[in-house]
Amino acid sequence: MLAQQLVNALSLGGVYALFALGFTLIFGVLDVINLAHGAIFMIGAYAALQAVLLFKLPISVAICVALLVSGCAGWLLDYFIFRPLRARRAPQLAPMIATIGVALSLTSATQGLFGAENLRFPNDLLPGGAFEIGTVRFTLLELQIIFLSFFLMALLLWTLKGTQIGRAVRAVAESPRAAALLGINVEGVFSAATVIASALGGMAGVLIALYANAVFPGMGQPMLHKGIAVVILGGMGDVRGALIGGLFLGCAEVFSVAYIGSTMRDAAAFGLLFLILLIRPHGLFGQAAQRRA
Amino acid sequence: MMKLPTIVLAVLWGCLSASPAPAQIKIGVAEALTGNAAQYGVPIRRGFELAASEINGSGGINGQKIELFIEDEQGKKEEAINVFKKLIFQDRVLMLFGPTLSNSAQASDPVAQGAKIVVFGTSNTADGITSIGNYVFRNSVTEADIVPVTLKVASEKAGLKKVAVLYGNDDAFTKSGYDNFKKALEAAKIPVIATETFAKGDVDFKPQLTKIKAGQPDAVVLSALVAEGGPIMVQARQLGLTVPFIGGNGMNSPKFFDLAKGSSDNLWVGSPWSVEGPAAENKKFIAAYQKAHNSLPDQFAAQAYDAMYIVTQALKKLKLSNKLESDRAALRDALPAVQFSGATGPFKFRQIAGKDGKPAGYDAVQTAIVSVTKGDRYVIQK
Repeated sequence: MLAQQLVNALSLGGVYALFALGFTLIFGVLDVINLAHGAIFMIGAYAALQAVLLFKLPISVAICVALLVSGCAGWLLDYFIFRPLRARRAPQLAPMIATIGVALSLTSATQGLFGAENLRFPNDLLPGGAFEIGTVRFTLLELQIIFLSFFLMALLLWTLKGTQIGRAVRAVAESPRAAALLGINVEGVFSAATVIASALGGMAGVLIALYANAVFPGMGQPMLHKGIAVVILGGMGDVRGALIGGLFLGCAEVFSVAYIGSTMRDAAAFGLLFLILLIRPHGLFGQAAQRRA
Repeated sequence: MMKLPTIVLAVLWGCLSASPAPAQIKIGVAEALTGNAAQYGVPIRRGFELAASEINGSGGINGQKIELFIEDEQGKKEEAINVFKKLIFQDRVLMLFGPTLSNSAQASDPVAQGAKIVVFGTSNTADGITSIGNYVFRNSVTEADIVPVTLKVASEKAGLKKVAVLYGNDDAFTKSGYDNFKKALEAAKIPVIATETFAKGDVDFKPQLTKIKAGQPDAVVLSALVAEGGPIMVQARQLGLTVPFIGGNGMNSPKFFDLAKGSSDNLWVGSPWSVEGPAAENKKFIAAYQKAHNSLPDQFAAQAYDAMYIVTQALKKLKLSNKLESDRAALRDALPAVQFSGATGPFKFRQIAGKDGKPAGYDAVQTAIVSVTKGDRYVIQK
């Protein structure tokens, strides 16, 4: 049972990490707590679902559609919400409150368009069956989720550390003004960070929808709570922190069900998180107000 | 400035008085048409509308047409009380259908009882609704009646020695389903090896299911609505947990086959209505509903549809005097004797005792239909 629960924890944690990655990127670069990230996660799932149902596209293409749609949603978010607020030097809370509005509007619009009930991907979309190693069963999907989330995180880390764009992003995260003086297109970096973060969020939406067989308008809300917890645990704005934090929360949830009881699932997981924050108030990788991203 | 409204009023008055329709039978419908409970309230309204249009289409009741006064009680207690008062005192309806949720009924049915007007619930299954008073009726069979029958049939056919239980612990309906299962399991002396819970909106059930699988039960007793129940079945089968699932009323919906497609076999459910019910009335109901709404009806629509016909049976025997108070009382006196066989099968009322021990309202007497899923269908078990 332990090994099986470990597989459960890794696939769940992988999705949490992927979701938190986008959340932390926007915070690190734009200094905005984006409470619409859960709604964008949901939009990604619906985009892929519609691509599959309406246009009969294979799932690999549908995932690309989801990346595109949620990326576009991110761009719109930056262009119409964050940019005007930046231009007016709005206080930090203003964009956060604005994103609550965006989240509510997106959720209501989706509910109006597609109904409030649960939808799912066709069951023959993915190869069925499961591999069995000893007593542990895992589906191809679980393997893909684990692989994809680690791959995307590695890609993001490498982009941030090793490429010119990554250096620009980090420079902006450090100080937008200094970056602008160095000739970096700061607005472009802001926009790019939001697009990449949203695309990652949408991707996480598709993966959880496939993993759990459920797409519904409210699916982003519990994810958002978990995402915030993961990011705080990992250290606000820290990419490695989001990875470790996500996996940690996945494990904490799964093992509290396994060894404490399912009624305590969230209480145990979040209680543990609280304890860690008592010891490390800035999170696992966070440092008090220093460089981020 | 006063001219325009006056003209409008005059025209309206002209329209109304130009065609003096025969007196209509005014029936109030208070259901949750928006909000979370709308998923039940909307099919309920459709059931009433379908039955009323059929009855009116075949000449009405003793020449009088049914006129529905439909109000949205939003699934909220306060709103249910408001809407009840409006229907009773302002629209002056003959009787009331509703409200959608048991919670709301607890609050609003005493208003109807006080005003001495029949209130007829089609979806209230909690204890203590019909004990409010002798004007309170319902045709919704309670889970307490259904669960023991389901468990008995499933255990005879599938041979259960030990089971695991999984239920939603933050929802009144699934929690009360669990309580009934627990009672029935104790009565049947079937040991429970694990009791696991989940919460509304959860999407990942694998940790619970992995734990359940490790205990090797003969079946999993599941008190859930299809929104969670569908994904639970899929994830259980993915984990190689192949034992039968035994569900409550909440798992009896054609929607289940969309959500659990490919993993939907071997779920046992008990309910007062089945989409596969062989009665001619049921076939006619399903065909008419599908034609009107392009989707399969659920149990909530079926119970509302039957309720309208049950009331019609009583009304046929009455000669309405157009004195509201005496007509309301006459309907109350005529209803308990109604016996009817509709989409949900043979039905009659049974009077139950109130909190003071005196005879109070009326519950349904109806046999539960136990089905097991196979190839995306509910197959009725005898």
